[in-house]
Amino acid sequence: MALLKATKLSIVFGGLRAVSNFNVEIAPGELVGLIGPNGAGKTTAFNLLTGVYQPTEGQIEFDGKSTVGLKPYQITQRGIARTFQNIRLFADLSVLDNVKIAYHFHVKYGLVESMFRIGRYHKEEAEIEEKAIKFLEIFQLADKKDEIAKNLPYGEQRRLEIARALAAQPKLLLLDEPAAGMNPQETQQLMEMIRWIKKEFNLTILLIEHDMSLVMGVCERIYVLDYGSIIAQGTPMEIKNNPRVIEAYLGEEV
Amino acid sequence: MKLLQKTKSDIMALVACLAVYAIIQTLILTDVIGPFWQLNIVLIGINIILVVSLNLINGFTGQFSIGHAGFMAIGAYVSAVLTVKFQLPFIAAIAGGALGAGALGFAIGLPTLRLNGDYLAIATLGLGEIIRITILNISYVGGASGFMGIPRYTDFTWMFAFTVFTVFVIKNFIDSTHGRACISVRENEIAAEAMGVDTTKYKVLAFTIGAAFAGVAGSLFSHYFYIAHPASFTFMKSFDILTMVVLGGLGSISGSITAAVLLTFVSAALASYPEWRMIIYSLMLIILMLYRPQGLFGNKELSLKMLSRWTGGKKHGSTQGN
Repeated sequence: MALLKATKLSIVFGGLRAVSNFNVEIAPGELVGLIGPNGAGKTTAFNLLTGVYQPTEGQIEFDGKSTVGLKPYQITQRGIARTFQNIRLFADLSVLDNVKIAYHFHVKYGLVESMFRIGRYHKEEAEIEEKAIKFLEIFQLADKKDEIAKNLPYGEQRRLEIARALAAQPKLLLLDEPAAGMNPQETQQLMEMIRWIKKEFNLTILLIEHDMSLVMGVCERIYVLDYGSIIAQGTPMEIKNNPRVIEAYLGEEV
Repeated sequence: MKLLQKTKSDIMALVACLAVYAIIQTLILTDVIGPFWQLNIVLIGINIILVVSLNLINGFTGQFSIGHAGFMAIGAYVSAVLTVKFQLPFIAAIAGGALGAGALGFAIGLPTLRLNGDYLAIATLGLGEIIRITILNISYVGGASGFMGIPRYTDFTWMFAFTVFTVFVIKNFIDSTHGRACISVRENEIAAEAMGVDTTKYKVLAFTIGAAFAGVAGSLFSHYFYIAHPASFTFMKSFDILTMVVLGGLGSISGSITAAVLLTFVSAALASYPEWRMIIYSLMLIILMLYRPQGLFGNKELSLKMLSRWTGGKKHGSTQGN
């Protein structure tokens, strides 16, 4: 059964159909890419899947249940975490606190327990701290745990954002242009990291990307979006040789 | 070990509080501190409660509210009604004042916190005034002449206990996952939502808690001055509180306390030169905004570590590495 299934998803902004008839099906454990030329509606599609926008038409099912009408935080709590095209860290907080916030909705102690530091407060806070540090160790950020997030170099900010998303313990991870602004060497490292986290955390991943080498190198299956609709899907090999995709990217042959 | 360290610093803070209390109480009992400064010490405590609670809304959750005097007024009047008309004990009246202000904060917060930035500021400013003018027109609580005949229950001990309680509760709240959720709303609302934080809930929660503590401050206020008068809760009072929050640093509790002490002290010291008071007050703010726009403490807390860095110089600062 599919982990994520979007059927006939559409959204209209005024007169513009930003995404129309968007059909995607992702099985558990898959690593799927979503590509398309600039302005094709990739990020809009992500925003639909994560509840930032509500679809005008269509259905989204995650883990067998509809997520249409849920708010973004509810969708995250169901198990979809994401990163952003333009990094959205909690810029003035420490690296450690950034990751700690991801545990927020797993915390069980209540308001009164927090105000008087009683009950489960101490135990759970200690657990959060321990887990968060472990996470930072995995992403080689542990020695920078007390640094302010905005002071990290760009590549590390990207890594922190992925670490933060994973700390929410999602089933499905959505990566919005994770390689944006990276040089080929960093992109290569990112590719390895994506493969590794997929295996390590037993994740399903959907990623948007411009960088063809990354998409072709890492994804098992690719969807191509153009003018808001899926125009092709298949393995990287199939996509590379699909005439409609070539047309969308390079223009029609004269 | 971490837990032990935390408990240790808690105990140290408690001891420090008791020491401050003992010293000032002795000075009051031995008449070293006269009635004028006694009054100002009580005002400092009330202002600390107001400033710390407003900082929770403005500084930590990032929702710019400037109607805090309105919630203070609710606390002042509700508690006065409870002690004067229903003869309830003071502690119950304070709880009532806090509940009343908190409930109103919740009811007002739900619709207004959809707004942000300037719009929220204008809405809360208006709300503060609406509360004041509504009270002005209720003859049950004395209308324009104010609610008179309130017994003086507040003294230094009550004030001190509630100030410490407020700081303790709000500080703990901020250091918990709930507080982190509030701060994440301030830092980046979209990212907070994407991390599973119910941003609306935490905005309203911070607003409600802030309003409830303003109610506590109001209760202490009206039971110190024998009277609750609408003129005490104009938007100028809201601005006073806001000034202290900004001066101390948005997102710093120790900054709030310092600013409340400093500004209350300055305005008391200048009480005999009323014509100079506002000039010096505004000059201080202009200079601060020029040289330290983030406030005295920014969003940092004053800690022993920070003190040792200042006094110990480079030697300590570099080896501590934290």
